[in-house]
Parts: sequence; C-alpha cells; structure tokens
Amino acid sequence: MTTLNINGKSTMVDAEPDTPLLWVLRAELQLVGTKYGCGKGLCGACTVHLDGEAVRSCVTPLAAVQGREVRTIEGVQGQQIDALRRAWTQVDVVQCGYCQSGQLMSACALLKRVPKPSNEEIDAAMSGNLCRCGTYNRIRAAILLAAESAPRA
Amino acid sequence: MPAFDTGFAYPYRVAMPNLKRRHIILGTAGAVGVLVIGWSAAPQRRRLTTNKPLKVHQGQVALNGWVKVSADNTVTVMMSQVEMGQGAQTGLAMLLAEEMDADWAQVTLEQSTLDAIYNNQAMIIDGLPFQPNDQGLMKRASGHLLGKLIRQVPGLQGTGGSSSLTDQWMPLRQAGASARAMLIGAAAALWQVPAGECRAENGRVLHSSGKSAAFGELAQRAAQLPLPREVTLKTPAQFKMIGQPVRRIDGAAKLDGSATYGIDVLPPGLLYASISMCPTLGGKVAGFDAAAAQALPGVRKVVKLEPAKASSIMPGSTCGGIAVIADSPFHAMRALTRVAIEWDHGAAAALSSETISGELKAALDSKAGKVHFEAGHVTDALKSAAKTVDAEYRVPFLAHATMEPMNCTAQFKDGAATVWAPTQAAGFASGAVAQALGISASKVDIKVPYLGGGFGRRFLSDFIVQAALLARETQGAPVQLLWPREQDMAHDYYRPTYLCRCTAGFDANGKLTAWKTTSAGSSMGAPSFMDMSTDGASNTAYAFPNARVAHVTVESAVPVGIWRSVAHSQNGFFTESFIDECAAACGRDPVAFRSELLSADERHMRVLRRAAELANWQQPLGPAPDGAKQGRGIAIHRSFGSVVAQVAEVSVTEQKQIRVHRVICVVDCGVAVNPNLIRQQMEGAIVFGLSAALRGEISIEKGQVQQSNFNDYSPLRMNECPAIQVEIIPSEEVPSGVGEPGTPPIAPAVANALYALSGVRLRSLPLKLA
Repeated sequence: MTTLNINGKSTMVDAEPDTPLLWVLRAELQLVGTKYGCGKGLCGACTVHLDGEAVRSCVTPLAAVQGREVRTIEGVQGQQIDALRRAWTQVDVVQCGYCQSGQLMSACALLKRVPKPSNEEIDAAMSGNLCRCGTYNRIRAAILLAAESAPRA
Repeated sequence: MPAFDTGFAYPYRVAMPNLKRRHIILGTAGAVGVLVIGWSAAPQRRRLTTNKPLKVHQGQVALNGWVKVSADNTVTVMMSQVEMGQGAQTGLAMLLAEEMDADWAQVTLEQSTLDAIYNNQAMIIDGLPFQPNDQGLMKRASGHLLGKLIRQVPGLQGTGGSSSLTDQWMPLRQAGASARAMLIGAAAALWQVPAGECRAENGRVLHSSGKSAAFGELAQRAAQLPLPREVTLKTPAQFKMIGQPVRRIDGAAKLDGSATYGIDVLPPGLLYASISMCPTLGGKVAGFDAAAAQALPGVRKVVKLEPAKASSIMPGSTCGGIAVIADSPFHAMRALTRVAIEWDHGAAAALSSETISGELKAALDSKAGKVHFEAGHVTDALKSAAKTVDAEYRVPFLAHATMEPMNCTAQFKDGAATVWAPTQAAGFASGAVAQALGISASKVDIKVPYLGGGFGRRFLSDFIVQAALLARETQGAPVQLLWPREQDMAHDYYRPTYLCRCTAGFDANGKLTAWKTTSAGSSMGAPSFMDMSTDGASNTAYAFPNARVAHVTVESAVPVGIWRSVAHSQNGFFTESFIDECAAACGRDPVAFRSELLSADERHMRVLRRAAELANWQQPLGPAPDGAKQGRGIAIHRSFGSVVAQVAEVSVTEQKQIRVHRVICVVDCGVAVNPNLIRQQMEGAIVFGLSAALRGEISIEKGQVQQSNFNDYSPLRMNECPAIQVEIIPSEEVPSGVGEPGTPPIAPAVANALYALSGVRLRSLPLKLA
C-alpha cells in the first residue's frame, strides 16, 4: 500500500511502484478527468500538478509521487483555475474537450508561475499539449484573458 | 471577441438544400445488411413520432418523438447525433428550444433510441450519384423509391458527412413548434380562454390577462392532446436563439473533468483489456505463449482475436491480435508485453508506400479510368489548344489520430449485450455487435458517451466488435478495451493515397478551354455504384467549357476509410492547386482567373470576393510579424453543401521550413444557426488540414505502418498555429455542412502561397521545400 496526497486528501493506493500515476488516478481512484492520449509524455492529455508543477502523469511512476502533493482537474483550486475556467467559457474554447483537462492544468501551472505570460511564455508552456480539434488560438486568448482578470501579484 | 454576424433576409426559405453529389454507404442495423442510397423529401410529419413510445420517468411526458417535459420544467431533447467536438448537440437542441420557446437553462439532452425518425436522411441524400444542381426526374424518382425504405428501417442514424443540422433542421423545429402548440392548448383549456390569446415564452405559457404557467405544470394535460395537424414555424425576425452565439451545452462538463468519454465509463466490476494486433496489415496470430503474462498479477485472461469484420456495412476487417484482460489497465498493458506472439504476416508483407505509388502510376499509365464527369469535347479541345499544361499531384495516406484512442466497454450477460461505444454510427455498431455475438440486434443496447474526436474514424465498428468478443470471455463482467496509441496509429482506416494527372488547354488568348483530370486510388470502401472518389473534382463549380474527370480505382491491403472531408481532402488539393497553376501559366491573377470560371455561381463569387477583400488581395502583402518575406495563396472549395474560401499568408525560414502566419476563411453554410460553433469548426478544420498539409504522412514498409505515436505523426502544436480570421456569409438557405468544409481549401491555399512566394510549385503533400 502506498499513501498518496491526492487533491488535498491522504489516499491509500494498492498498486506497484512502477504503475504510472495516470492509471492509479483513473482506475484505482476513479479520477477520470485526467486522460490517456499517448503514454509517452508526447501529448499532454494526462497533465496533473505535482507540488504545483505541470507533469505528465502517464510517464510519472507512483514511486515518484509519494510524499508529494498531486492535484488533478477534479481537485485543482485557486484563483488561477477559477479565472481560467471563466475565460475558457467566455472564449468558447472547447470542442471535443478530451485534451482540455490537460490544457487547463498546463495553463494553470503557467499562471501560478508567471501571472502575466507573454505569447512566447504561453507557447513554451502550452506547446506540449496537443489538441486535434485545433483550439489553440482560443486557448491562447483564454489564457491572456484569465491573466488580465487575475489580481496583480 | 469579434462581433457575430447573424444577418437574415426574407422570405425565409425552408426548401430542401441543393442536392449534392456524395456517397456514403448505409445499411440496416440488423443482419440483413441492406445497402441503401437515396432520398425522399419525406413528409416531415412522419418524423414527428417514434415507432415505440418514448420511455418516460415519473412526472415526465413525451410530447412527440423529439421532446419530453418533466414536472420540474426540464425540457429533454432526444438526441440521435453524437458529440465529438463539432457542436451538433448544441446546435440541434437550439432548433427545438427556439420553436418551443423553452428556457435554455432548463434544456437537457438524452440519447435517443434507434428509430427511423432519427435516420440521417441528409447524409443519405448526399449519396445520390447526381450533380449538385441536378433536380431532375431521375434523381427524384430514385430518391422516392429508396426514401420509402429509409423512413421505415431504424438504425440509419449516423453522425457524419457534416449533415446533422441539415437533416434535423425541419424535424426538430417542427417538433418544437408542435410541443409549443400543445402546451398552449393545455393552458387555454385550463384557463378556458382562446388559444390565440396565449403565447409561450422562456419555458412558460402566458395569457394576455397576465395568467401564466410553467411548461412543467402544463405538460401532463398537453400530452393528452392530439398532435397538432399544422404548426407555424417562426420567421427569422422571431428567432431568439437561432443566429446567436449560444454557449455549448457540453462546455461546462469539459472544464472540470466531469464529462464522460468512452474511456471514462466505469461500470461496477469493470475489467480492462489492452491489445496488440499484427503489425502487418491484414495479418493475424500464428501462435502465442501466454505463460509469462498469465503469471503476472491481476491478469485474468489472454485472448486470441481472429480478424473480424470491421463494420456491419463497410468492407474491411480487423487484423488478428492478442488481448490481455486484467484487473487494471496497467496490468493489462504490462502483461501484453510479456506475451510471446508469432505473427502470420499474411499477403501484405511485401507492401510499401513505394509499391503502392508504383501501382497508382501504372494504373494511370495504362488506363483511362471511369469517367465521373464530362462536359463538351475535351479531347478535341486539347488537340486544338494553343497551349497545354500538365501536372501530376499526389497525396499520402493519413491517420485520424483522434485524441481519445479507439476504445469500447462491453458487457455480455444473459444473452444480451450492453455496449458503451464512442461511435459515430450507433445503429451500425449495434448490428456489428449482434453479428459478432450471434444475437439479435434487439439484444444490443448501445450507449454513446462523448467522443474524444471522430473525424470519420469512429464510423467503423472494429474496436467495438473486439470489445464485444472480449466480453464473451469475462463471465458477465464488463470489460473496457483501450487501444494503446501505437495500435491506434498502426490500425487506422486511413485517408487513402491518391495520384492525379491533370491537363489543361488554353486558346491563343489564354482562355482555359479544356480541363482533364484522372486520379488513381482507393474507393474508400464504397462499392462502384456509389463511388465517391472524385467528390470535389467531378462536381466543381468551375464552368469548364470542355472537361473530363475520371478515376481509376486501385485498392491495396491498406485499410482505408473516411477522413474529415473524405475525398474532398485530396480533390480540393488537386483542383485548387491545378487551377492556380493554370492561372499562373497564362500570367493571370489567381482570383481574377477563378472569378471568370465561377461568374455564373453567385454563391461562390460572394465567398471568393469577400475572402479577397479581407485579405487585401489587391494590395501587396507586407512582411510577416518576424520580418520574413511573405506570399499568399487562395483556394475555394464546396463540400457538404457549404462553400469555403481561404487565403493563407506564408513565409519560409532559412532552413526551408514553411510557416503559415495567417489564414482568412470565408464560409457560406446557409443559416448560421450558431455562429460561434461555425467559427470553431472553421478554425479546427484549418488546423486539422494544415497538420496534414505540413507534416501528415502515414508510410508503409513491409506491410507495416511506420508511424507509431505523436513523435512521428505530429499534428500542429500551439506555437505553429496561424492566426485565423473567419467570416460567415449571411444566408437564408437551409444550414449545410460545417464540420468538414473548412479542411479542403487549406492545403492548396498554402501550396499556392508558396508558389507566389518562391515560384516553386509543390504538387505533393505533405508540402516540403527542403
């Protein structure tokens, strides 16, 4: 048994240490907002926060997570995600929506680190997140809008 | 945000859309597998009530086959069309809510049953082998005969061909108006006032005296009334929702992880399966040793899957493979790597992109092809031409690569199957499952969650059949089959590779007098009488005085299917590149040259002119934001009833990398039901088409797909996405396609821009300068 800190709660998990965090979240904890896309850290659909930073849960083994704080799309909190969700709605970002949990988690980690990101900073933080529906321009617009609405740090 | 155009004009026409030439195979859900094409302008009232009454909850009533009302005022729209990002569910619900005067906040959706009223007639209409503007007797007669069948056979509901809004434009609005009339009737009876003194607004019926009642209070009484014999649909001036950028109905659930996709279905006792199919296309398992895998924790069963039919209606079958069923996805995947599999590589083991390419060349060298369109006397015109231009164009195989890989959850218990399938064709999937399990289709319950992308891939039932077969092995426990990305990439139903030879002739004044194209490639799964291989080439709007469009069908062992915009994806590139080449050959401006050939078609002209205006076509193009010299190119293409023109502005880096900075897109898609969803689709279709144009290629060596994941089949990323400006032409025509028509013009627009920039004409996709 491994004890994890998931979305602010201490959670017991029965899985081998080499199990990717993604499958622990999805199958053991039924937190299915985090998606499988590639299994190789290539698409960003599985992005979660590990101690506040965006990581790809499909290539993060359970062993690397112990004693650290994991946040998923279901449990991420704070003014950044609130502002991002409002902006995502205002800009009408989503289409199929499958990649959007990962997009939001990447964007949220960015805004926590850089409250007013430049276009280049957005590119750098977001280009690891694929979207086959092609919502990129709206994602960028929504991040800029959320950054505008956030109180000055 | 930009302003949204919502312009309408009177009179509001509700005639059927212009009939287009397109083909899609449809069949019954059952074992009969009848092939159906055709269309009848079915009396729409026949699409008002289902064969079997709708199921209702306590306190809920059905007012017709499309809408239920609950005591708590919830208005439930019966939804036959699936949501894969294209926004159809929002647009469709808007049609009903508009006519019913429902309160949008109280509108919810429920997956419809399989019933003939939900059959996608507009998708079928596209299948008739007639020219777009042909309204002749033959077409109507053949449509009438087949239409009778379509009205009676359930299971022809499908989401594809950019057809959902076109198909349900009338039925949903009539259903909404009918429900509204019944609710008003109920209120009038209750209050003992003339119905004419009552009106509906925002989920309530109001009387001129000030009395009012919510829909929920009136629903039970309303349901006792007969269906109104006639309903009056709103005029455009009365529309409150249609034409507005209403927020997506699925928007909120997609922001907090609560939206349920195929892989999120978690019935109690769920087991997980992973799969490895023969890497050689068409191959199967020769033998395997599962001992090591079976010894691993959590492994329940290792199953050999024989090749199975991929669809109840389309040709092709799955590759054979090995699946591991385990108690967790990781256990299933890990154990799969420990199964020693010996493959029977089958007949395709020597196949390569080169051999296929050679076959296409040989076919064009030796065959004239089947003529799909002919005008005038092209041979004579070419003989007497003062000048001719020849070119050979090529497109590669392409994968769909939906973000959500193929997956399906199935449970087979007590002779009945429950299947949670992210599918574009629930009726066909139901038939395929029934066939695979040897049960009647009535014993198959298909539930459709959200689709993480479709693009045509999820028309096939291959992964659904596999899940159903695995569900036989679990003693009644549900099992979720998830294809690893590598399997999804290597076992797609690909957009086929095509080769196209083009010849044009000009008179001494540089006027185009002859147009001849012959393409070679797969028929994309369609039988010859429904050949869609020249869609977008044989039915172009250009008024060529002499023309011949022919095609040679060349099949290979590579499975092919329908990919966003189907044959338009290749034929748009061929036609719009070669027309540009023709303009250049006579030193003409690309817009002026196209205008001459399109002058009789007002709709095309409006779209073309507006795109040129927005691009400042008459003015020289300045440098890109980074200072690089830019070129621009234009393309215009009609597909799925909609006309789209795009202007691309591109530059080239010192390393010969192509960069697309801005795309202007003008679309005429009939009534813009929800302008924001239309913009979304244009943007998305451009990014999808640009990913293919710049990098998309599936290659084959030794019968195996060489690409495996997003490292070697890499769609556009955010840092490469151009600015996109979309304008919608105001229209009063029936809504036409939106999900696909934005894709065909982008590749030729970029290729044409590269020519304008560098003088180099790229005739092969993906576009490469280095």
